[in-house]
Amino acid sequence: MVDQRRIRLFWRPLAHLACALPLAWLILQLAEVAGLSLGPNPQLVIRDVLGEWGLRLLLATLAMTPLRWLTGKPWPLQFRRLLGLWSFTYLALHFVTYFFLDRSLDLQVIVEDIAKRPYITIGFLAFLLMIPLAITSTAGWRRRLGPRWLELHKLVYLIAVLGCWHFYWLVKKDVREPLVYIAVLAVLLGFRLWKRR
Amino acid sequence: MLIGKARDIRSSEITPRDVFLDRRALLRTAGFAGAGGLLPRVLAADDAIPEQYRRLKAVRKSPLSTKEAPNSFAEVTGYNNFYEFGTGKEDPAAESGRFRPKPWKVKVDGEAEVTGTFDYDSIVRPHALEERIYRFRCVEAWSMVIPWVGVPLGDVLKRYKPTSKARYVAFETVLRPEEMPGQKYPVLDWPYVEGLTMAEAMHPLTLLVVGVYGVELPNQNGAPLRLMVPWKYGFKSIKSIVRISFTEKQPPTTWNLAAPGEYGFYANVNPEVDHPRWSQATERRVSSGFGSLFNARQPTLPFNGYADQVASLYKGLDLVRNF
Repeated sequence: MVDQRRIRLFWRPLAHLACALPLAWLILQLAEVAGLSLGPNPQLVIRDVLGEWGLRLLLATLAMTPLRWLTGKPWPLQFRRLLGLWSFTYLALHFVTYFFLDRSLDLQVIVEDIAKRPYITIGFLAFLLMIPLAITSTAGWRRRLGPRWLELHKLVYLIAVLGCWHFYWLVKKDVREPLVYIAVLAVLLGFRLWKRR
Repeated sequence: MLIGKARDIRSSEITPRDVFLDRRALLRTAGFAGAGGLLPRVLAADDAIPEQYRRLKAVRKSPLSTKEAPNSFAEVTGYNNFYEFGTGKEDPAAESGRFRPKPWKVKVDGEAEVTGTFDYDSIVRPHALEERIYRFRCVEAWSMVIPWVGVPLGDVLKRYKPTSKARYVAFETVLRPEEMPGQKYPVLDWPYVEGLTMAEAMHPLTLLVVGVYGVELPNQNGAPLRLMVPWKYGFKSIKSIVRISFTEKQPPTTWNLAAPGEYGFYANVNPEVDHPRWSQATERRVSSGFGSLFNARQPTLPFNGYADQVASLYKGLDLVRNF
């Protein structure tokens, strides 16, 4: 049995640190520390790395409930919010990178992108849907919303589907990597359906 | 066909040879701001050309070059689409070490009087090498400026005496899964094939490329022989060519076979015709370093800025339908 103190003082800080690593690595590359570099086209590297880690952490968030069932222990749920918020952080930065660095704040182009490019439409929609979840992720909001909180947070399934779809749709030809994400998502969602029977 | 010089360059602006040869030092001292760069571009470290690449001799400057500042050697050789070596941009540089571009033979067949298999020297040596600094526009909406070395493709093709039946030229990339790890996966239908109309192939801007930055082509850039058709999206400029066929009918092309709704036979750079999934109106000029982070995209020009020279090839052709 993992006791609460150890989770709070050791495992959770460690999880925060692990979640921050890809971001820290990106910053070191950006600052060109010790010969590191983002290479040519840094805007796109930043945008893509942030998007990939946001999606990975979203899948990790969704893995916590099945993990609780598998282990029979409650501790995975104590990491769910932490992972979800880190996922949101990466995806918010992913969006900001697109907005400021890739599109240089050109609103007309951004609106056109969102309206005309289906993969951007669904990616943007997924990001918008995440905002209320991030805001209401606190204990206070959870108490206030009562049973509606759980209903609201079921949106995460839709968000994950849209996120993986966004990735699948944007690659030029080699869909092997997005298919891995889709397979992981299918297992995580399938597990829930199977459990409900 | 009357071919004008690029409008963006006057003869008075062509850099004298001695200045050109000392170009990197000149750029360093000038501390010029790269296209839209906030900081002066530092070319010293990453612009050095490694010793392993053999220098090409007797390379003439071409008046068809753009005066835009070229991307660095590191950028040109480190950020590539060459799916034969993998689909990541760094894969070609990382995975092409086992590729052997020498000796090299090319099969010439189809509607021509002179056909057969020819080695690299017999194809390239009869011609004077030229350096042509061209804009390069990828269908993925990024671009570079690259100092290619090559010979006009038309001059080469003429020696094989295409017959009156030859209306197209088809090209094929080498198939060597043992040396090209990307060919082990059917991401595309290998070998890669491309094609041009006869008029496109004979156009003076169309280059059969043997080098870049004054040295022999690195493997990741399509060694030892590749095309460069600067007014078309990059995927038309097929790499590591082993076959040239003169044909009567329009030949199949790899990306068109893979996604016919997204990549056409012509693939002329056209800001008006979007790729179904992204806009082609603007492009990101590839640039490295923290200082380039806030560079904005730049507008894409019709025919990648070569409209004056090539638009006449497509008179009467609906460029929206024939994308």
